[in-house]
Amino acid sequence: MSSETLPNAPPRRLSNAYQNWYRFSRNPTAVIGAAIVILAILAALLAPWITPYPEHVGAVVNFRARHLPPSAEYWFGTDNVGRDIFTRVIFGLRISLLLALVVLGIAIPVGTTLGLLAGYFGGWVEIVIMRLTDIALAIPPLVMALAVAAVLSPDLINSMLAIAALWWTWHTRLIYSITRQLRTQEFVEAAETLGASKFHILFREILPNCVSALAVKTSLDAGFVILVGASLSFLGLGIQPPTPDLGTMVASGSAFLPDYWWESVLPGFAILIVALGFNLLGDGLRDLFDVQEVR
Amino acid sequence: MSNMLEVAGLTKLFPVRNGFGRKTGDVRAVDEVSFAIEKGKVYGLAGESGSGKSTIARMIMGLATPTSGEIRLAGHSIIGETGTRAYGRKVQMVFQNPGSSLNPRRTVGQSIAVPLAAHGMPGGTHKQRIAELLEMVQLPTEFALRYPHELSGGQKQRVAIARALAVAPQLLILDEPTSALDVSVQARVMDLLVDLGRQLGLTYLFISHDLSLMRNFADTVGVLYLGKIVETGSTASVFEAPQHDYTRLLLASVPVISAEEEAMRPKIPLIDGEIPTAEQLIALRGGAAAVSQRTEK
Amino acid sequence: MVDALLSVRNLSVQFTTYGQTNEVLKGVSLDVPARSQIALVGESGSGKTVTMRAIMGLLRTPPAKVTGGEIFYDGRDLLTMPDRERLKLRGTAMSMVFQDPMSSLNPVFTIADQMGTILKYADRRLGRSRNRRERMARVHEVLGQVRMRDPERVARSYPIMLSGGMRQRVLIAMALLSEPRLLIADEPGTALDVTTQAQILKLLKDLVEERGLALLMITHNLGVVRETSNYVYVMNKGVVVEHRPTAELFEAPRDDYTKALIAAVPRLTGGTSFGQAGVAV
Repeated sequence: MSSETLPNAPPRRLSNAYQNWYRFSRNPTAVIGAAIVILAILAALLAPWITPYPEHVGAVVNFRARHLPPSAEYWFGTDNVGRDIFTRVIFGLRISLLLALVVLGIAIPVGTTLGLLAGYFGGWVEIVIMRLTDIALAIPPLVMALAVAAVLSPDLINSMLAIAALWWTWHTRLIYSITRQLRTQEFVEAAETLGASKFHILFREILPNCVSALAVKTSLDAGFVILVGASLSFLGLGIQPPTPDLGTMVASGSAFLPDYWWESVLPGFAILIVALGFNLLGDGLRDLFDVQEVR
Repeated sequence: MSNMLEVAGLTKLFPVRNGFGRKTGDVRAVDEVSFAIEKGKVYGLAGESGSGKSTIARMIMGLATPTSGEIRLAGHSIIGETGTRAYGRKVQMVFQNPGSSLNPRRTVGQSIAVPLAAHGMPGGTHKQRIAELLEMVQLPTEFALRYPHELSGGQKQRVAIARALAVAPQLLILDEPTSALDVSVQARVMDLLVDLGRQLGLTYLFISHDLSLMRNFADTVGVLYLGKIVETGSTASVFEAPQHDYTRLLLASVPVISAEEEAMRPKIPLIDGEIPTAEQLIALRGGAAAVSQRTEK
Repeated sequence: MVDALLSVRNLSVQFTTYGQTNEVLKGVSLDVPARSQIALVGESGSGKTVTMRAIMGLLRTPPAKVTGGEIFYDGRDLLTMPDRERLKLRGTAMSMVFQDPMSSLNPVFTIADQMGTILKYADRRLGRSRNRRERMARVHEVLGQVRMRDPERVARSYPIMLSGGMRQRVLIAMALLSEPRLLIADEPGTALDVTTQAQILKLLKDLVEERGLALLMITHNLGVVRETSNYVYVMNKGVVVEHRPTAELFEAPRDDYTKALIAAVPRLTGGTSFGQAGVAV
């Protein structure tokens, strides 16, 4: 009888995925961000095969090729012991992305679960979890990493753990506030009246509705983790030489500024581009999902 | 005829606190409400916003705890039983807003499967039961794969009905089930509810502010104002010969589309200014609402 | 109708979303004569809201696009008018009463602030100027016209301090500030209780008669149509399917859709019966 489609509702058969893809692809900066991220991930994965001098990752020295500027032979030039900087940057990217993966891989499950529990159950559970989160939030990650390095050895694993130990707090807060809002939604009440278990309500009803916020936060976070990781290794707390690491390269290259600028600036540039890519991707995802919330 | 549901002296108080957290009084959202629903019949709770009708529904469903009073289902008190799985098999609810009562991230089939899984139905049988239920609410079985945003309002509400009926409850609480729908869609959904009621022997508690709808769906009606039932009786008698001033005011305010309806309506000159809400009465230090209200001319 | 205050002729609008284009209005025509009370009724998706937004100039032009037709106000086509001219008319010649009093008022400003701002900008568009005292006097005057017992107190209040009915009256007052000749009411009272809605509708009727305004009311409620209008346009799927004087439409509807719509409305007298076994009257 009557058409029940509003003029600006999508036609019935268009799936969510198609709509998202369509809108996302219309946003230029988001597409750029996504492209950078995908390229970076691919480069990191295929590093041994796409870099011109994969052996320069190890303890190789070539004193005749020291401090060479960028050229056709060495795209990013060479460093103070003659190693190809481009190769080392790509391998350094691997470390950075691995760092992001590990930190977020710990922070997301832990933070999300705590946020769900605190937001849904309230009462003592909420108080305990949120106050714990407040305490953890008060500790600056870099200082924590320094402390850990002082107690244990300055090492990438330890740094990662130090960061992960504090990173979950932001996720907890985010998921907590979303859960609190959703808790009073009718579909959650309906699940309760229909007899669903608490596990089901938390992980099958509420959590899927947090996915968009999580996706945005994760992409933005990845950029930040990379920056924090690079800062740590710049300070000497990260991976030890000769393994390449972007922050370390910026640090050791800085001794040769401004004459051999490429040794410090180009790895720094790589950090910038990758972090920027994640940021743009995260912003694009947020624009995408924001519009959806305002139905 | 035995009663499916009996409610006696049901009361729900919400404390009113001042800026320092000190309690200064109570809002009597539901005030000593009593009624009974016969098995297989429809009982309507009519009222405007703030009348307490939704609170009553939620207390019966177990989503809110009464401050005092009794609720008996088929003779047994339900205190302590609400919120349990067993209770969910006997009483279910269809919510007002189909847009938010279905999880936007789950397909129709997954939403309907929630009660099936929760009540221990083995996973292999779900598909068939879901297909049965979709057929019962006159939706094509392919809809099980669709997401709520792909459905119209009326279709979503049918899904909500199917889901509520999944574990075969005896009492169905309908909280403004059609107020978010267009009038023609509303008629179809009401048709469905009547047919299902007859087929499955359901008892309905029907909450609505729409008096015309109430007139044609409920057997008995209770008019709620500020948490109290101010008038009750068979639908025909309450509508044709309303006793209480509030009922008469309600009937006089409904916009109608035919001369016959206009003729049967009480003639009350509209008062200037609004009838008070519960909070306003508290603020006036009047305490509990007066049961009898005289309209001002 | 030549002497109509507002005349929509063959309006067509399309919406483009996700690369797909839908024709949302297909050649809609309606007339609002001066001092008349016209109702535009339809269900969701009928196009009545789009029509209203096109008249007020509130269509977002991506995704919407006017593909044909004219909208004449006082003989001038709004669609081809330069933006500045059109802006002058909004709020001054024709004014809109919004639907939801809860969300249409900014919660962090007082009524006086909000109404004062509207008046200030309307004056500016018309080249008039009032100082603050004169503006407040006008605000109080208009609040009195919508039957507020204590206009000064209402003006000093924040929206949250007022009841739903009072907020709706504030919205009506806002629409009356610059003495428009045409009032467009978007589902007035639907967000309110039926008793409050009855008062608001009565208020609208009284105001319109007292001030000689033209009223275009958009609604989905046939009862409201019957009680508040003397001419009605019925829309379905972007087309006007029938338009008649109100009394005639209800007594003898001609179009099938109109008939079905009227039949679907439940009757207070109890004649409607639901269920397959019953026949809807």
